[in-house]
Amino acid sequence: MDTRMATLDDVRALMARATGDEKHEESTTSTMDALWVLYDRVLRIDPAEPDAEDRDRFIASKGHGPAALYAILAAKGFFPADWLDHFLEHGGHLGSHPDRTQVPGIEASTGSLGHGLPIAVGVALALRAKGFRDQRTIVLCGDAELNEGSNWEAILLAPQLELGGLTLLVIDNHSSSLTMQPWPARIGSFGWDVQVVDGHDHGALERAFRVRHDDVPTAVVADVPEGEW
Amino acid sequence: MRDMRQAFGATVSDLVDQDDRVAVVLAEISTSYFERAIAAHPDRVINVGIMEQTMVGVAAGFAMEGFHPIAHSLSPFMAERPYEQLKLDFGYQGLGGTFVGVGGSYDYASSGGTHHAPADAGVMLGIPGMEVLIPGHGDEMDALLRSTYANGRPTYIRASVATNAEPHRMEPGRIEVIRRGAAATVLAFGPMLDRTVAVCEGLDVTIAYATSLRPFDGEGLAAIAGEVPVLITVEPFYEGTAAPVMTAALGDRPMRYVSIGVPRAFIHAYGEPEDIDADLGLDEAGLGRRLDAVVPMR
Repeated sequence: MDTRMATLDDVRALMARATGDEKHEESTTSTMDALWVLYDRVLRIDPAEPDAEDRDRFIASKGHGPAALYAILAAKGFFPADWLDHFLEHGGHLGSHPDRTQVPGIEASTGSLGHGLPIAVGVALALRAKGFRDQRTIVLCGDAELNEGSNWEAILLAPQLELGGLTLLVIDNHSSSLTMQPWPARIGSFGWDVQVVDGHDHGALERAFRVRHDDVPTAVVADVPEGEW
Repeated sequence: MRDMRQAFGATVSDLVDQDDRVAVVLAEISTSYFERAIAAHPDRVINVGIMEQTMVGVAAGFAMEGFHPIAHSLSPFMAERPYEQLKLDFGYQGLGGTFVGVGGSYDYASSGGTHHAPADAGVMLGIPGMEVLIPGHGDEMDALLRSTYANGRPTYIRASVATNAEPHRMEPGRIEVIRRGAAATVLAFGPMLDRTVAVCEGLDVTIAYATSLRPFDGEGLAAIAGEVPVLITVEPFYEGTAAPVMTAALGDRPMRYVSIGVPRAFIHAYGEPEDIDADLGLDEAGLGRRLDAVVPMR
């Protein structure tokens, strides 16, 4: 497979090789389109140099259901595709929650919910301190993950630090037992610019991701209702 | 004499000036010590407000970008409330950072048990790779901070109001022999040294001093304690906190071992730390009684 020409069909084929995590299947499939748009059109990360200092940063905070992310990283050439054949296996590199020490392209080891967004605030602050004004820090959270209070600490903090380079991607697959909508009113009230888009609409996702302000963080809520996972 | 908290503020402010890879993340506590640093380095000295989980997460983000983060709060809100962030964001991810807790054990005695943290050193030992340092003097705080802040490992430093009168030239892992004797080895940690020396007057014991639980010079302790040691640790935190470190160091020989520290019970009393010391048998009178029970030779 030519990783420069990889398609979403290639990603689907690769995902089919990563079996055994069926309990997170909905989490996987509902994140696939947004992740594909990010890695295919938005994020500036060179698979050959995934630690380049001037790259954009992407943190998969919820960690759950990472098969789509792994498949996209493999399709883009971050690591060999045959790693997916050993998903969850002893001796393999790909667990059901990603480990930054094992997988090229994984920025943060996640799985315990509510860690990635505070970390992303720190990454965005560090990039600013290093003088990287153009780089993006994008963090994926699930709607149920946002039950965790630590996220709301960071949601309160980021606008007050004027972190324009920070984007929160919420995959809202309606898995939370608690009502989280309406997102614009809730997250927006803290000072974020919030957009809600169809989680399968690549054009809408790309347009939303490309919105960036100098001093206001953005949130993109990718809506993926039950039945469209 | 600078107390440990003053030394922490001065040393960290100095490090921020000297090293542009130092980032300080505060959660409202001790911001008065950093007013100049915040003004001089607003991109690297951040007060996140009262959100300790996010304080540690933000510090981890800085560490992922190559900075040497230093985070700080009162001991219970540094070591216990954001424990999972310390464990995962730093420990599991293999990142370095410095975490300084002030108010060790019951320094804030009048605040009650919500502000006590005699478990801090023990729970920090539960994170693989976390260094645990216990300075006994403001100058030791300065030296330990400077020697560890950029070592790439997570490090917890326990500051306390209680202090020894004079500093010792300590570094992580080092054990200093204060004096030698034959009947037992008494190993004092951090601020417990002076009172230990005082109550050992007239006892034929070796007195040794340590300001770290991890790293720890186990071979050094084995050489000091001898082939059939009688070992007493005098600890400013929960009794038995040092036990796994001691047994790892001396597990190859028959040993009698007693830990003297804070009893493992919640404290429902107020006043000054010295009042609680007396309640718990950790003032000189109480410590003497407890030592006599092990080394009855006075």
